[in-house]
Amino acid sequence: MRRDVFQAIADPTRRAILVLVAVQAMTPNALAEHFDTTRQAVSKHLRVLAECELVKQEYQGREIYYTLQMEKMKEIDKWLEQFRKIWQSRFSQLDNVLLTMKKKKK
Amino acid sequence: MKPSLLFDFTVDKSSHTVFVKREFDAALPLVWQAFTDQEVLDRWWAPKPWLSKTKYMKFEEGGRRFYAMCGPEGEEHWSVQDFTAISPKKHFQFHDAFTDKEENINPDMPGSDWHLDFSETGGRTTVSIAIKHRSLADLEQIIQMGFKEGFTMTLDELERLLDKLAKEKKEG
Repeated sequence: MRRDVFQAIADPTRRAILVLVAVQAMTPNALAEHFDTTRQAVSKHLRVLAECELVKQEYQGREIYYTLQMEKMKEIDKWLEQFRKIWQSRFSQLDNVLLTMKKKKK
Repeated sequence: MKPSLLFDFTVDKSSHTVFVKREFDAALPLVWQAFTDQEVLDRWWAPKPWLSKTKYMKFEEGGRRFYAMCGPEGEEHWSVQDFTAISPKKHFQFHDAFTDKEENINPDMPGSDWHLDFSETGGRTTVSIAIKHRSLADLEQIIQMGFKEGFTMTLDELERLLDKLAKEKKEG
C-alpha cells in the first residue's frame, strides 16, 4: 500500500492526532479519549503516522508514548513552499510578458 | 523604485482551496489578455523550464482550453479547462481536469474549480485566484504534483527529499 506524508495528513482524525501529540507525548489510550472511535481505530491511524515518520514511539515502562516528528512536518511546509514558488516564478514570467506587451503598444 | 507588487499565497485545508493573489504593474485590459489569450498564456503559464502548449482555446462560456505542460525531459501533462462563466475584464471561472493527449479526461486525477477576479487601482491590476478541490486528498495530490513540476528548478535538498519519498513508497 502506498504511504506518503500527504495521504497521512489527508485524514481528519490523523490531523487531530498530530495536533494533540504536538503539544505533549501521549499514549494511544489517552489519545483515544479524544475521539469517538475505538482504540483500535486510533492505533491504526498511529501506525500510518509512524510509518510516515510523522510520529515517533517512545517506551516508558509498559506504556508507549507518541510524539510529533518535527522534521517531517517541516518537509510538508517545504512542499507548500515549493508550490508557492511555482506561482511566484509563473508570475514573474507574466511580469516580463506584460512589460513586452506594454512596450509594443507604445 | 516602485513599491513591490503584492503577492499572497494561502492554502485553506478546511475548504480544500488554494488562494493566490497577485498585483501586476499593468492596466487591466492587458492583464486580462494575458490570462485569456492562448498565445500570451503559453508565454508564462508554465514555470521554467516547463513550457505551456495550448492546442486550442475557445474563450467563451461552454468553451475549452486544451493544453499541455511540457517538461525538459519530454514529459507532457495534458489538461483541459472548461470555461463555465465569463464576465469580461472582471471575472471568469473554469473547471480544470487532467486528460491524456487525446483529450480523454482522466477520472483518477483530481479536477478543480478555478475562480479568477480582476480589478484595477492606480494603474495596477490585482488578480485573485481561488482554486477549489473536491477534497483535501485531491489538494495534497496537486501540491505534490506541483512540487514535482517545480523540482527541476530547485535545490539539491529537494532532490534529496524526492529520493526519500520514492523510497518511502517502495517500503510502504
